[in-house]
Amino acid sequence: MSTETAEVKKPSEALLSKRRKKLISDPLVDDNPITIQVLGICSALAVTTQMQPTMVMALSVIFVMVMANLTISLMRNTIPSRVRIIVQLAIVASLVTLVNEVLKAFAFDMYKELSVFIGLIITNCIVMGRLEAFALGNKPYDSILDGFGSALGYSWIILAVAFFRELWGSGSVFGYPVFDNISGLFGDDFSLATNGLMVSPVGAFIILGLIIWVQRTKTGYVEH
Amino acid sequence: MELFNLAIRSIFIDNMVFAYFLGMCSFLAVSKKVSTALGLGAAVIFVLSVTVPVNWLLNEFILKEGALAFLGEQFATIDLTFLRFIMFIAVIAAMVQLVEMIIEKFAPALYGSLGIFLPLIAVNCAILGGSLFMAGRDYTLAEAAVYGAGSGTGFFLAIVALAAIREKLKYSNVPNGLKGLGITMLITGLMGIAFMSFMGIDL
Repeated sequence: MSTETAEVKKPSEALLSKRRKKLISDPLVDDNPITIQVLGICSALAVTTQMQPTMVMALSVIFVMVMANLTISLMRNTIPSRVRIIVQLAIVASLVTLVNEVLKAFAFDMYKELSVFIGLIITNCIVMGRLEAFALGNKPYDSILDGFGSALGYSWIILAVAFFRELWGSGSVFGYPVFDNISGLFGDDFSLATNGLMVSPVGAFIILGLIIWVQRTKTGYVEH
Repeated sequence: MELFNLAIRSIFIDNMVFAYFLGMCSFLAVSKKVSTALGLGAAVIFVLSVTVPVNWLLNEFILKEGALAFLGEQFATIDLTFLRFIMFIAVIAAMVQLVEMIIEKFAPALYGSLGIFLPLIAVNCAILGGSLFMAGRDYTLAEAAVYGAGSGTGFFLAIVALAAIREKLKYSNVPNGLKGLGITMLITGLMGIAFMSFMGIDL
């Protein structure tokens, strides 16, 4: 705790200082939770057949992560370290229940479609990982930024996967029939075929594998 | 016969990893060596076979709408379904702790070889997923038990198979950016195609 008292004496930091901007921007590419840290893969793949449920999933994860990071960070000095896992699970589970009930009340179709995967945010390793690695040792505002950054890094990857899977698998984006319209431009004889493999789980693995390849080639990250 | 069909279905057709992407984190992280994959797979089978029936009892007699009717008339309309997540995860965390203590007491050798994987199972989404699917599908107690054991076995098969492939993969020349996670994803995709052939089985 000695590092913390030292921190208090420093002049107050700007609302979005360089260090704080890094908290948000690092998880986007260089330290992406999915492609580099290999966390939260389960839900990243399961919901990504269409853009719309993926968007709902991304927003839910952003909400849960920011709120969980904030709560744990506020409580960080009162939680005994031996029971911290249970405390974290209880807080995340309450937040997820909240999201689940809101979806059930206001977007029932979406709730049916996502089924158990909203519940599985509880066991999403990104959430637990950030609580454990960051929120337990940092101040509330920094923890919010960290949670937001990690959730954003997660969101853009699952949205990218969903974009390709919906485009190639169902020929549409956000339900807008792209393939049909392209075919329409060229006359009746021209039509683009959709690939059924993209809708099945296999498509998700392969698309994510390729995204990881492209991203790691760009950043030059090599796993040994 | 019904139960046998359910077992086959949960092992091959509705495979936790290839059909629902559950437990991917540990699936990818612990599949570098066959020996550790065997240990984790066995632990997952065990925990799933225990937690799914226990959660079934919890769901049937406490959480479901009208489940508290046995306490008296005034409790018959109570619906505690919204407590499902918290109750299930608490049961799972407690069970994992219990299993850990039992193994430590009666099979110290196994305990040593499983190491940190045991506590990690509490946050394996295959375990929570198994319970949530069970709750959504209206199984009976026997079906829930078979489903738990079956989906655990499915996970076991998948992780051991992937570990075996990855051990061989060490001798291949993989492009730099694809090393590790990337190539594992592609392999899992190809294994998924193989598992898709089970979908033709009509049960």
